Amino acid sequence: MNKNHRVPSNRSLSAVEVKSKFGAEFRRFSLDRSKPGRFDEFYGLLQHVHRIPNVELLVGYADVHGDLLPINNDDNYHKAISTASPLLRLFLQRKEEADYSTFGTDSLTRKKNTVLSAVLLRPDAARKKAPVIISLPRDFRPVSSIIDVDILPETHRRVRLYKHGQEKPLGFYIRDGSSVRVTPQGLEKVPGIFISRMVPGGLAESTGLLAVNDEVLEVNGIEVVGKSLDQVTDMMIANSHNLIITVKPANQRNNVVRSGGGGGGGGTASGSSGRSSDSGASYYGCSSQGGVGAAASMPTHIIQNFPVGDLDSDEDDEDLVIDARGEAEPIRRASSNYSMPSLPRYEPHLNLRAAASSTSALSINANGTLPASGSSGSLSNTNATLSTPSPDRATERRSLEEDGTVITL
Amino acid sequence: MMKFRFRRQGTDPQREKIKQELFAFNKTVEHGFPHQPSALAFDPKLQLMAIGTKSGAIKVYGAPGVEFTGLHQDTIAVTQIHFLPAQGSLLSLLDDNTIHLWELVARAPREVGGVKKEGGLSMQEVGSYSLPGRPGIESCSATRVTVLLLLRSCNLLCIGTEGGGVYFLELPSLSLRDCQTLLQDQITQISPVLLYSGGMPRASYGDRHCLTIQQGKEHVTLDFTSRVIDFFTVHSTEQENEFDEPPALVVLLEEELVVIDLQTPGWPSLPTPYLAPLHSSAITCSFHVSSVPPKLWERLVNAGKAQQGRQHIHKSWPICGGKNLAPPAKQQELLLTGHEDGTVRFWDASGVALTPLYKLSTANVFHTDCDPYDNPQDPGDDQDVQQEEEWPPFRKVGCFDPYSDDPRLGIQKINLCKYSNKLVVAGTAGQVIVLGLNDERSDHLVDVLVVDLLQDREGFTWKGHDRLEPRPKPAPFTPGFQPLVLVQCLPPASVTAVALQAEWNLIAFGTSHGFGLFDYHRRNAVLARCTLHPNDSLAMEGPLSRVKSLKKSLRQSFRRIRKSRVSGKKRAVTTPTSKVQEANAALAEQEDIAPVQRRIEPRSADDSLSGVVRCLCFADTFLRDSTNHGPTLWAGTNSGSVYAYALEVPGVGIGRVCERGGAGEGSVCVEAVLGKEIQLMHRAPVVSISVLDGRGKPLPDPYEASQDLAIAPDMTNAHSVLIASEEQLKVFSLPKVSAKTKFKLTAHEGCRVRKVALVVFNSAVQEDYSEHTLVCLTNLGDMHLFTMPSLRPQVRYDCIRKEDISGIASCVFTKNGQGFYLISPSEYERFSLSAKIFTEPFCCVHLNRLSEHTPASDGSIAQPQANGTHKSQMGQAEGQTEEPQGILSSPILDTPLDSPLSCADLTLDTTGEITVEDVREFLATVDEAENNLKNIQEEEGRSSGILIN
Repeated sequence: MNKNHRVPSNRSLSAVEVKSKFGAEFRRFSLDRSKPGRFDEFYGLLQHVHRIPNVELLVGYADVHGDLLPINNDDNYHKAISTASPLLRLFLQRKEEADYSTFGTDSLTRKKNTVLSAVLLRPDAARKKAPVIISLPRDFRPVSSIIDVDILPETHRRVRLYKHGQEKPLGFYIRDGSSVRVTPQGLEKVPGIFISRMVPGGLAESTGLLAVNDEVLEVNGIEVVGKSLDQVTDMMIANSHNLIITVKPANQRNNVVRSGGGGGGGGTASGSSGRSSDSGASYYGCSSQGGVGAAASMPTHIIQNFPVGDLDSDEDDEDLVIDARGEAEPIRRASSNYSMPSLPRYEPHLNLRAAASSTSALSINANGTLPASGSSGSLSNTNATLSTPSPDRATERRSLEEDGTVITL
Repeated sequence: MMKFRFRRQGTDPQREKIKQELFAFNKTVEHGFPHQPSALAFDPKLQLMAIGTKSGAIKVYGAPGVEFTGLHQDTIAVTQIHFLPAQGSLLSLLDDNTIHLWELVARAPREVGGVKKEGGLSMQEVGSYSLPGRPGIESCSATRVTVLLLLRSCNLLCIGTEGGGVYFLELPSLSLRDCQTLLQDQITQISPVLLYSGGMPRASYGDRHCLTIQQGKEHVTLDFTSRVIDFFTVHSTEQENEFDEPPALVVLLEEELVVIDLQTPGWPSLPTPYLAPLHSSAITCSFHVSSVPPKLWERLVNAGKAQQGRQHIHKSWPICGGKNLAPPAKQQELLLTGHEDGTVRFWDASGVALTPLYKLSTANVFHTDCDPYDNPQDPGDDQDVQQEEEWPPFRKVGCFDPYSDDPRLGIQKINLCKYSNKLVVAGTAGQVIVLGLNDERSDHLVDVLVVDLLQDREGFTWKGHDRLEPRPKPAPFTPGFQPLVLVQCLPPASVTAVALQAEWNLIAFGTSHGFGLFDYHRRNAVLARCTLHPNDSLAMEGPLSRVKSLKKSLRQSFRRIRKSRVSGKKRAVTTPTSKVQEANAALAEQEDIAPVQRRIEPRSADDSLSGVVRCLCFADTFLRDSTNHGPTLWAGTNSGSVYAYALEVPGVGIGRVCERGGAGEGSVCVEAVLGKEIQLMHRAPVVSISVLDGRGKPLPDPYEASQDLAIAPDMTNAHSVLIASEEQLKVFSLPKVSAKTKFKLTAHEGCRVRKVALVVFNSAVQEDYSEHTLVCLTNLGDMHLFTMPSLRPQVRYDCIRKEDISGIASCVFTKNGQGFYLISPSEYERFSLSAKIFTEPFCCVHLNRLSEHTPASDGSIAQPQANGTHKSQMGQAEGQTEEPQGILSSPILDTPLDSPLSCADLTLDTTGEITVEDVREFLATVDEAENNLKNIQEEEGRSSGILIN
């Protein structure tokens, strides 16, 4: 946290600083943001600066959310250049040794001994074989997934929505209602919580995994039976950065029909069956299908769509702490009883640029490295909340970010 | 809801025992004036007075400290009360035509953590009766009871009905003498009265609430503030002085109780030692001070006496039945209430009777339309203003005055330092007033300082109310708290947080725009910080248009009000059939309403009102590094931001406070340097911030450490800070601010934190054992208790009904585990979470019962739920199956009053049928441990049992 980050002396907005890592070696160079060129040129440049002309490379970069994303075509290359803020960090791997599982959401923001570091520092770690590359599903940040298909009844569906760093709204509403249950006494009407509305273009709608009139059974492993609409609303909002809801879909025709024998996640509809060690359930050990025992022993058939530890970790809601060192705020002495002029002026956040020259002690990630201790997760969120759709604004904001003493949170 | 109790961590029997010795939830006593009184009675033999309310409560009062409360099974208005003189029994007639017999019975000693505590007396319903008739037919009013007459021998009750019949009921068995029923033969006449209410010329005074006393030539028409419910004279029933002059007249009004001294010439009114109308102006905030130093107490009492001045108390309180057995309070407790009219009232909250001590008005700091300058006496104090040139001779009596001259005067936050006698009062128009205690009258000009919290932030214009104009000339201030400085925040939005550090002479205050720090010693604003988010435009529109953004909730509450009105009317005539109809209607109404939807979206930075400062806190701790500690200021906002400032306070060295006031120091100023900014990721409003010392204990109050009044904080080990947001409780280490422990309450329980307090719980068994505990009141009205600083959940109690928003909002905790909340605009419920410390009536009445008898077998009382709502049928059934003596053991739990604010409202959403029992039922199947819990939970209602996790 106390690292003194180097602030580039003559910064120009058009230049993108690139720090490329291959094995244990680093190379630094810069690119013109306005004219990034094509991917194959860039690829050649990388081979050149690292002096590995004939090595097949897998190029990855750390995006603003701290995710490791690949660069393998013009589009994602341009995206990487345009979003570098301001440093573009590249990670190169030999293609034959590449570990694809490192890509994806939160891949860089996990605790220090993440898969990433393990892989990048020890590329020869026991990797049986490189998976067959078809479409590189992990090139994309997951926005949702169906999880726990193997342990839930067929009529239920557990959906995970990855809100992290998304511009899109979660985009759904819930309501009270009643559902009919079969009991020994016959049919019984019981109150329940239902999805009442989808916001067009929202995350929930775009996943196609949730629909109006689906009954909500659990929120992050905690059953909603007996809870009021407001309670369930609060629970969902409290978990909104990583929302896992178990629903009973109103439309039961698209259910996964498992072949007998419970062969695990093999024949799932989505093809991305991962098993969640649901934090809530295991922590409190009260959910009937809670992963009480599940967390301990992970079945081998799990496809590591996202790392297991990720769910338990509290990195997801790490708070952002900004250390404002003393010199940042000169306090002027009051000369008169009328307070107006005597008060220290705090630069309005919108005028950060003006404040830039005065102090630079608090540069948060000005050169793009992640802070030392666990606030990395929150950093990404800062960026997320700061970024605006307009690229101009975004650029401006970025420049503010690196200069400002006061950070708009 | 109760998941955490089932955590499989193995229960430690030792820990369970300690918990039982520390924690126990009880509603102990109600302070204030009953909401919507509807009946009054007096027992001249025992000198007891009974008041019945529209929500079915009966409260019996004698001498101060002698109180009993009973609650009928249904929330039906009590229409008549009759004492069985000298027997300690009374009969109540309810609006549903049922007659109930109540008795004062000895309370079984209660057991708390293995220690027996003596029980006093409590009031208990022993039987009820309803006249036979054809209850299914609503039109059959022939048996509707209109008159009750007790024979002097107290063994026969005559019941007159609307149909003209007279029935005879044997007492105390409540059995009908069938053979003697008289049908329309004989009509009982009540003897005429000498005192009469009403009787005014309708055209000119029809709207007044009057009662006339005439004796010889003397003639006074008392002009009351609210409707007269009933009245009686305090008299004696001894044969020889039956016709003696009664010493006092007691008049029950809708909003207060007025007692007239009939033996003193001029018939002055007597101040009441209890039943004070707390709501004489609406309560807007409250603040509790425990262990008030005797010196301050004495000065306050004197200031209060000086205020009463003219109407000096010659007479003792005329209602003197029973004997207060409660030992005198070990310590003096103050409850401060802020009111809409700009007054702060100081109450003696040490005992059962909440007595007014002193009243402070802040209105005279300002120049208002009705300037108190022109009329130096506060009208509220002038109880005996005679209006001349009028017939009949009116006299205004009573102090209920809900009409505020200027809503901007309303008090929002109060803070009092009991050692330095400094008081900070902050109000609706951004005014923050620092006051000091002065025993002398003083005329002076109050210094005014303006602090701009916007700090030149552009693009914002305040569209709300103007600031209050400070008085330009010196004003007279009576002995008591007198204003020293007025700090005016701009924009003049309502003050949302206040903190006082008298040792450093600093106050901090926050509004919806930012917060400021002010040195009242040097009259110097140290800091102003804007907390507005750039996108937050709503904050500028002032209170009126802000409501617009809450359109939905407003609409909903209107709907609720309308509904409660409707159902309230219906309730007036409740017969079994109409009940069914009502239920059906309610059901149909529910079906009609479009389902309520809730949007699921994470909180974002630009939600409206994100800049509202929710809490402020001073602490001497380690903010910049781990070796040097020093003064700090912490502020938390509605959007989960926390700002921590390191303060340079001249004279406050490293860990040592020097005496201030040296001539040289006067020129040195307090300085504030931003040390840390914390953004909570979940962005929920920050409810409370408190700094914990090296042992994990909260830092002592100002002066406590330096004057050896508390154990000095541990400054050698690392400090930590507890930040409680609406969603999470989290402890961070200092100075690095890295998370140590946390509890995600909302994610697990679906409830949000409303109030938080750090409380010391003393063991009921071990004399010297105590624990610091975090008490957390949620929006569902339940109390969660957590260990500090490990944040392990301990116990959960249902306390306030979740619909009772004003009750939850008004809750205030004491430092030893008690608390107060408003159950109606005029009443505080006092509760205790501590197994050791509780303040409840403990009293006896000398009875002269005709015959001992056992209570009727069906006399068990339904267990009212927290805050008086009656439990569902299921709950009652449970209550009757086991442990009938439990009813005796905790009478207070049997009898909390309903909160009449919401007793009649029906919940809008269809969640109504989901009860705690349902949850329990469901969970019961999960595993055996829960079954145990369930049993305990069931007992919770009536025994002093404890929830165990």
